[in-house]
Amino acid sequence: MIQLTNLTFAYHNAAPVFANFDWQAADGEAWAVLGPSGCGKSTLLYLLAGLRQATGGKIEIGGQILRHPRPRTGLILQDYGLLPWMTAVANINLGLDIRRFYGPDGKHAPNDDDLNNHAERAAYWMERLRLTPHADKYPSQLSGGQRQRIAIARTLALNPDLLLMDEPFSSLDAPTRESLQKLTLDLRREQQLTTVIVTHSIEEAAVLGENILLLRHPPNETAVIIPNSGATDPDFRQQPGYLTLCGQLRGMMEPAP
Amino acid sequence: MKKRDLGTAVLALLIIWQLASWAVNKQILPGPVLVLQAFFAELGNGLAGHFLVSMWRVLASMFLAVVLAAPAGLALGQSQRLNRLISPIIYLLYPIPKVVLVPIILLFFGIGDLPKIIIIFLILFFQILVLVRDSAANIEPKTILSVRSLGAGRRALFRYVYFPATLSPILTALRQSVGTAVAVLYIAELFATQKGLGYYIYLNGNTLFNYPAMYAGVVAMSLLGLGMYFAVDWLERRLCPWKFVN
Repeated sequence: MIQLTNLTFAYHNAAPVFANFDWQAADGEAWAVLGPSGCGKSTLLYLLAGLRQATGGKIEIGGQILRHPRPRTGLILQDYGLLPWMTAVANINLGLDIRRFYGPDGKHAPNDDDLNNHAERAAYWMERLRLTPHADKYPSQLSGGQRQRIAIARTLALNPDLLLMDEPFSSLDAPTRESLQKLTLDLRREQQLTTVIVTHSIEEAAVLGENILLLRHPPNETAVIIPNSGATDPDFRQQPGYLTLCGQLRGMMEPAP
Repeated sequence: MKKRDLGTAVLALLIIWQLASWAVNKQILPGPVLVLQAFFAELGNGLAGHFLVSMWRVLASMFLAVVLAAPAGLALGQSQRLNRLISPIIYLLYPIPKVVLVPIILLFFGIGDLPKIIIIFLILFFQILVLVRDSAANIEPKTILSVRSLGAGRRALFRYVYFPATLSPILTALRQSVGTAVAVLYIAELFATQKGLGYYIYLNGNTLFNYPAMYAGVVAMSLLGLGMYFAVDWLERRLCPWKFVN
């Protein structure tokens, strides 16, 4: 699904964040990208989303070189994703509206997108994520967890095959965060999504990443990968392997200089 | 605000007016009954025409101000470099009370509607420009990234993000400055015209000494200001309902 070859990226007039970086992720895998602030993990996600362009090397997604945002890639951010002037249902429909705005042109929307079942798709995800009672409310009237569920519904209504998440649950309280982490695991299995979740939380990486990509102080040159088969188990948090893994990850993460 | 409370307030003001009129007991302060009679009589006698001319001037300036200031504000809010270049100029021009420009604009543009429209336009233009610029600059870059990830290119961003994001500051700017605009219109209509409520009020008050008619003009001008204010307020509630929740 994802293939990075010799990826190099630097912000304008700054030291490179990635230098000749290779990494790959297969279809249906669940990845967590873990690292301290400033390690380049969000940058990696924006590169994968096609929202930033690599300075060197290449990014292939689904077998094609990535040059602009890809219609089948979904992106979920920590905050800011929803438009405050739109109701929940309008926000959920936003991606579908944009697809109808352009038509299935292969660039903004997949060539094979069915424009006729949009209303059903939006309604399905609204119901599935228990948002129907809040359909006509504005984001300012909803809790953080509800807002993030809207963002998820909006993205999944577009039938993505790759889901990128940037600290999606960091600003939520613990019970909400855990319930949304569980939802993410369920949805991934159900929709056969490839997921890449960027997080600074060791616990979140342990729960959501079957594979954990550890980034450290830039420039990142080699991919440090920690396999974590336990993450597929819904009760992983209660098992001894979970604590061992967290301890191991903590040891590998360097504090910021 | 409840409609009933507004009605009570109107009634209270009318009573105060009547009491004041009795207390002063001079021709220069006729009571509300006399003025309202004059108002309806004068409507058929030219007042309606003056009202429409004034309203046209305000509406035309509003239209011009929105059409020119909103895109300019968007451009400034989007481009930091442009904003750095232009902002000091706006900073210096914005606080100038535009009413002092009335004689200059009259000298340049002479008689007719154009100079009046330009004066009101200047007031509204800066107000809209500044508010739209600030709200465009405050759109989170992450919001843009998020909408782009849904497939939006430049056109869709304009349609779904920038346009709706400027609607609310445009209406707020209009609501805040329409009162000033009508006040300055009055000044502008004192010169080089024989049409408009400003002219009408001055003519009846200072030349014809027809005080009830002069007051009828004042009422018409107040109704113009109030009507504009209410119309913008109504539009804002219709078009930006999200601002009025909670």
